Amino acid sequence: MSNRLSGNEAVAYAMKQVNPDVMGAFPITPSTEIPEYFADYVANGEVDTEYVTVESEHSSMSVCIAAQAAGARSVSATSSCGLALMYELLYVAASCRLPITLACVNRALSGPININNDHSDSMGARDAGWIQIYAENNQEAYDNFLMAMPIGEHLSVRLPVMTCMDGFITSHAVENIELLETDAVRKFIGEYNPENYLLKKENPLAVGPYDVSPYYMEHKVLEAEAMKAAKARILEVAAEFEKISGRSYGLFEEYGMDDAELALVLIGSSAGTAKAAVDKLRENGVKAGLVKIRVFRPFPGEELAKALAGTRAVAVMDKSEGFSGSGGPLFAETRSALYDLKERPYLINIVYGLGGRDLKIEDIEKVFSRLANIAVTGETGPVYTHMGQRSKEGIA
Amino acid sequence: MIYAKDINEHTPWQDLTPGGEIYEPGTARAFNTGTWRTDTPVFHEEACKHCMLCVPFCPDSAIPVMKGKRLDFDYMHCKGCGICENVCPFPAITMVSGGVAR
Repeated sequence: MSNRLSGNEAVAYAMKQVNPDVMGAFPITPSTEIPEYFADYVANGEVDTEYVTVESEHSSMSVCIAAQAAGARSVSATSSCGLALMYELLYVAASCRLPITLACVNRALSGPININNDHSDSMGARDAGWIQIYAENNQEAYDNFLMAMPIGEHLSVRLPVMTCMDGFITSHAVENIELLETDAVRKFIGEYNPENYLLKKENPLAVGPYDVSPYYMEHKVLEAEAMKAAKARILEVAAEFEKISGRSYGLFEEYGMDDAELALVLIGSSAGTAKAAVDKLRENGVKAGLVKIRVFRPFPGEELAKALAGTRAVAVMDKSEGFSGSGGPLFAETRSALYDLKERPYLINIVYGLGGRDLKIEDIEKVFSRLANIAVTGETGPVYTHMGQRSKEGIA
Repeated sequence: MIYAKDINEHTPWQDLTPGGEIYEPGTARAFNTGTWRTDTPVFHEEACKHCMLCVPFCPDSAIPVMKGKRLDFDYMHCKGCGICENVCPFPAITMVSGGVAR
């Protein structure tokens, strides 16, 4: 069935179809609508969910952790500072191997305080042990949320999943999207049947016990192995999802990459703008391409290296400033992934779109013209630059 | 199912439980925390009146009781805090330096 929904509505509707056991609910712009819509479903008796209103995001994630450990499927939604306040618990959820699903509606992290979109919130949590899947548009936000539980809950994985979409751009814009029938969703998701859980009376369970040094490292290796195993499971679930939806997903999406000489790597809604620019450049004979990263954790390094192997010059566009002094987080991952190639493309990093700064087709075209120049001269110039800011110097 | 008794400090990561989950109760009993001790209480049975003041004060339940009488310390779990010596009204407990039980 087709419907006109905002990204937040789409995710709330996906949650309704899943009918989770528990929701830890706390509002923060721009994710507030998710618990708001869901509260309607609860009030109307359309779901069986225990809707727990709490005093902070630290508590909403704590509720999810406790509920999931007890054997219940739990969900939450947050943005920006809310995710930051969950920080400690994000690590607890992942290290306790509790497959919670969290909808992260990406918003700039203070400060200066700002409610608009960039990826600094979820990028800050990239090393917390959560699987991270990013959406380009409302359809993907809906689809990714539905795929999260079969991925995270699988025995080979058992990790929490964060599904991310761009604040306002995706969360509040209304688009036509295809929704699955609820029966099909329930069949796809299945029941949550963990092997061990706190409410299982046959064997009392301790979750999250103190780890002394002789055990801590071994448990971290187990967690790291689970994150590695998640890659195969993500693809398996995508294949199953394609059967019921007709929509195909990979670790990333390649657009015009078959014969691309110049390419972009980026995440989220900017991919729509980049695709328009690629189309325009292709009409003029420029061999432009785009890789839109969908899964950031686990990072598809080997696959990305393969996708970029035939290119001459690549711009990695980060929608968050990692303050490493040498480029954003996506750049660091991409550059590292390309190291194992015998012949590598030239690589530059452009940090853009912070705090809701717009990205236009012309901006992408400028990036491609910079890449074209690099491909010809072999001179990258400054590797790490920002784009879209007012400057006394010419804007890159 | 992996049981706590089958896990020790030589167990490879492949044989540990995800998240360090423990699937049975009371496993602290099997875990030697007595090595953390730097001082050690010594029980003088002849001076003990079995008044049972020391037992509830012990933060580690390291003073076993049987048939109304306290037994010698459970040195596998005693941390050597000295509270028992402090609350004992008789000269039945003395602390000595060092972690080795004697």
